[in-house]
Amino acid sequence: MAVEPLLKGRGLVKRYGKVVALDHCDFDLYPGEILAVIGDNGAGKSTLIKAVSGAVVPDEGEIFLEGRKVHFTKPTEARAAGIETVYQTLAMSPALSIADNMFMGRELRKPGIMGSVLRQLDRPRMERFAREKLTELGLMTIQNINQAVETLSGGQRQGVAVARAAAFGSKVIILDEPTAALGVKESRRVLELILDVRSRGIPIILISHNMPHVFEVADRIHVHRLGRRLCVIRPQNHTMSDAVAYMTGARVPDTEFETA
Amino acid sequence: MSGTDNFEAVVQERRTEAVAEFHEDKTLIKRFQHALHTTPALVPMIVLIASIVLFGLLIGNRFFSAGTLTLILQQVQLVGIVAAAQTLVIMTAGIDLSVGAITVLCSVIMGQFAFRYGIPVPIAILCGLALGTALGTLNGWLVAVMKLPPFIVTLGTWQIILASNFLYSANETIRSQEIEAQAPLLQFFANTFKIGADENGRGGATFTYGVIFMILLVVVLAYALRQTAWGRHVYAVGDDPDAAQLSGVNVRGTLISVYALSGLICAFAGWALIGRIGSVSPTSGAELNIQSITAVVIGGISLFGGRGSIVGALFGALIVGVFSLGLRLLGADAQWTFFFIGVLIIVAVAVDQWIRKVAA
Repeated sequence: MAVEPLLKGRGLVKRYGKVVALDHCDFDLYPGEILAVIGDNGAGKSTLIKAVSGAVVPDEGEIFLEGRKVHFTKPTEARAAGIETVYQTLAMSPALSIADNMFMGRELRKPGIMGSVLRQLDRPRMERFAREKLTELGLMTIQNINQAVETLSGGQRQGVAVARAAAFGSKVIILDEPTAALGVKESRRVLELILDVRSRGIPIILISHNMPHVFEVADRIHVHRLGRRLCVIRPQNHTMSDAVAYMTGARVPDTEFETA
Repeated sequence: MSGTDNFEAVVQERRTEAVAEFHEDKTLIKRFQHALHTTPALVPMIVLIASIVLFGLLIGNRFFSAGTLTLILQQVQLVGIVAAAQTLVIMTAGIDLSVGAITVLCSVIMGQFAFRYGIPVPIAILCGLALGTALGTLNGWLVAVMKLPPFIVTLGTWQIILASNFLYSANETIRSQEIEAQAPLLQFFANTFKIGADENGRGGATFTYGVIFMILLVVVLAYALRQTAWGRHVYAVGDDPDAAQLSGVNVRGTLISVYALSGLICAFAGWALIGRIGSVSPTSGAELNIQSITAVVIGGISLFGGRGSIVGALFGALIVGVFSLGLRLLGADAQWTFFFIGVLIIVAVAVDQWIRKVAA
């Protein structure tokens, strides 16, 4: 394929004491795709994601974003480079409003003296922007942008977290178990949201244990086993049982890679 | 794909009923609960107004005069200033037991630097303010960088600072007359201006500079907490420090800045303390830490962090002031004040828990 991966990991190694969480692992994310990462518990998939999102610094190996080598030591650095992560815990402050949460850590200040000297926040501009972004993603069942996040349902919170990740010109969005805590209806809504985000051209890394969800939305599935990439499969060519067999080691895949 | 994943398609067809709708509960109590949730200072405000009306009815004009009401302000000024510092710390889900000790030590430093070493008074005051900030920063560093629990840290620094205070001052009091004669600037916050007094300067509303400072401080902090990114970060750190960190908030910096600012405010309180009691005494202000925590709790600020407003703390301090003066004017035993304040504390925390249920 001529298409270069947008995000690429080569020979990533991470050891915790004697435990090797990542064992010379490779990783590729192509532009505009939804790549699911699946793997048994302890396979090292969360370590892989943390290495890519800057939460963990790999002992060895290289990470390339848009062909350029990057080295993240903090999640904020990865975020500044355009890699947004929606954590399973969502990382939101329940008592603060939707708008406050969306801009947490990158607040807008008023122009002129009010902003530069008195450091006043530009509330109207932040609220307008938050409203626009939620509308774009079809989340405007939320009436009041100043509503505290704790008054939202689980699905709405997930929606706000995804909107926050998608709002700031990000290049890659990592979603960690986005449907794990949700009911059937809300999961459905979040899956639509994921497809919506992809239609905007933002590639997504989806970590999930839910095989039906993975097979429904993913373009490719990265199967992680024993600290490395076992294979990458396309959901069309394999069944869910195949995928589970690969990731638990019950069967060995015939094809190792199916690229974009 | 296999047919197993079609089960959710049923749901998809019924999308029109809006999956993520926010249901507004319309009963009066729920609305009240919601209003309290959005405006946490409402409860102490209602209690404050109710208690003023109550004591006004019981005592009459003697209580309802401008002189008495402003006297309450003068009596709570110190607690009010220290409670503002305490609020900031408690908002981050911490607690600062050392506020009283910092206040006293700073007042002693201001006084002793001026009198023992003959340092010009403005510089002595600056030294006191700098020391307060430094002690606050030390608390903040121990909490944010060393990751020690705030209760333990400030329990320790409280003892250390208070002992240093007695060791350094050698239990010496600088008398009011000496300060008045040689360093009136130390008593700056005791200056007053009167509104509506008669020709002899009696009656009317009396505001000390300390009271004005307390009100200005609350206004400035309320602005900073509501209108600046720093304020939002203080709430976020108190709410959930891990979430704040992941959202890109500098948790460590925010925490240290909060404790440092708390120290600086306490140093100002130390300056105001000289104005209030006239002299510089190492034994004064010992109850300020408990009083400030009381005001903060009655003011509806959650000890679990992330909730409440600085105005609430001011109301909390005023409620205590109204009760103690009102009961004294009624001729009641002073113990009744503590009795009622104890009741108020428990009610305030119960209300906080009830408000939190709105989240569920």
